[in-house]
Amino acid sequence: MFDLLKRPLEAFQDFVLLSGRAFRNVFRSPHYASDIFLQMDIIGVGSLFIVSLVGLFSGIVMAMQMARTLTRYGAQGQVGIIVSLTLVRELGPVLTALLVAGRNASGIASELGSMKVTEQIDAMRALGTDPIQKLVTPRLIATAFVLPLLTVIADFIGLVGGFLISNFMLGIASSQYWTSAWQAIEYNDIVQGLIKPFAFAIVIALVGCFYGLQTTGGTQGVGRATTRAVVVSSVWIFVLTTIIGRVFVNL
Amino acid sequence: MTRLVTPQPSTAVRFDDVSLHFGDAPGLDHVSFEIRAGEARVIYGAAGSGKSTLLKTAMGLVKPDSGRVFLLGEDITHMKERELFDLRARVGVLFQEGGLFDSLTIAENVSYPLLNQRALLEKFRANGDGRVVEDRVREALRFVELEATLEKFPSELSGGMRRRVGIARAVVTEPDLVLYDSPTAGLDPITAHTIIALILKERDLRHAATIMATHRYQDGQLMAKFRYNPNSGEIERWEPDDPRVQAGTKIFVMDRGRLTFEGTVSEFQASPDPYVRKFLNPGGA
Repeated sequence: MFDLLKRPLEAFQDFVLLSGRAFRNVFRSPHYASDIFLQMDIIGVGSLFIVSLVGLFSGIVMAMQMARTLTRYGAQGQVGIIVSLTLVRELGPVLTALLVAGRNASGIASELGSMKVTEQIDAMRALGTDPIQKLVTPRLIATAFVLPLLTVIADFIGLVGGFLISNFMLGIASSQYWTSAWQAIEYNDIVQGLIKPFAFAIVIALVGCFYGLQTTGGTQGVGRATTRAVVVSSVWIFVLTTIIGRVFVNL
Repeated sequence: MTRLVTPQPSTAVRFDDVSLHFGDAPGLDHVSFEIRAGEARVIYGAAGSGKSTLLKTAMGLVKPDSGRVFLLGEDITHMKERELFDLRARVGVLFQEGGLFDSLTIAENVSYPLLNQRALLEKFRANGDGRVVEDRVREALRFVELEATLEKFPSELSGGMRRRVGIARAVVTEPDLVLYDSPTAGLDPITAHTIIALILKERDLRHAATIMATHRYQDGQLMAKFRYNPNSGEIERWEPDDPRVQAGTKIFVMDRGRLTFEGTVSEFQASPDPYVRKFLNPGGA
């Protein structure tokens, strides 16, 4: 029984240690600014197109589906409210994070995993560099910075998608859609919509780095690390959105 | 060449009853030895016998479960990573596959230890000349005869060339101790000979302590019986009765984490131990 728990507990302990070191390094020199900007480019700019596309379609789908139900109650005009609330609170942060997890948790895990199996991580330590400082902390800072921004962009483009459906298919006036969408959002929703991607970003970067640095067993090991990083970070995104959502429902 | 690192400690590496386990498998099993400054060791062992683990433990990349490890005269058994950095600046290492950073050019790879090791950076700043690094990188690449590859990436080079860049990166800081992990593994005999010749050249020009792990019989023979002649630029055989053949380079043999043999090259050749003899007659004859 205890043997079964031993490995997951050890892995969790290693994850906590890695996270602690990564966070501590945020405030310790040397800072690798060029690595942070490079990662922001890879994670942020690199994900922009796909995040915008998914944002647009989630807005479109939400508006179409909700319009059918709302029409039944004669409340078709409320479609802007539903689209904006679901996007800002839930769909925007979660879908963006899932996409970035698929693109970047896997990318981080495979890059660091390949470095691990070709002894580049050992070489880094041998040549006077802390791999956590050089590899993990820049990815953590970059993801934590760009994921909330990507989420805001996805939210906005989703609202535009909702607007396209409302305006051209449902015949709702532009001013009615945007006013209802804007007024529906409260301060609480915006805070929730920004805290979530920030928390997801930390999970994506740290889980990707953790599985990358834990890689053993050659190229096959790199494949395993990549898969685990995506699966584990995706699951944690859903767990965290539930927890954070629960906290904000009570506020 | 001006020396970057000053003190020459009498002990390069010392292991006191060092043991280490990976899960249930022993990595190192009660290993004790001492290598003094300027000496050379060739470690023979089959794959998984603990050669790489021994080298990694020697520079504090892996921590032992028990026993004590001394590097360049200092006890590193419980030393923190940040404290180890200054000590590692005085050690050069060639990893099994070269361990070059794929995302950096050859010039960036070779300059990496100069620009990222605090202890060395301070010395360069004291010199106050940015060109010092560039010159030294060129010099190190000239040493391995790869000066033309400065702007290339590791993926553009052959396996032997990558290994030579690895040697350049290991010796660019003029370390007091150089560790070579299977420098000839996976190379053809001619390239392997070139690599060992470079290692001999580094050993005999600067007299840094050298530890080389290998499974190839010829590597140890070359290390023990040959020397680099700076006048001709070639490697040549020591006279067989020259005492320096026996004194300079000794042989270790490792088997499943244990140090099963330690002695001179002639003791190695005379050993009756069946495991040791496997390295003398790789064909099993």
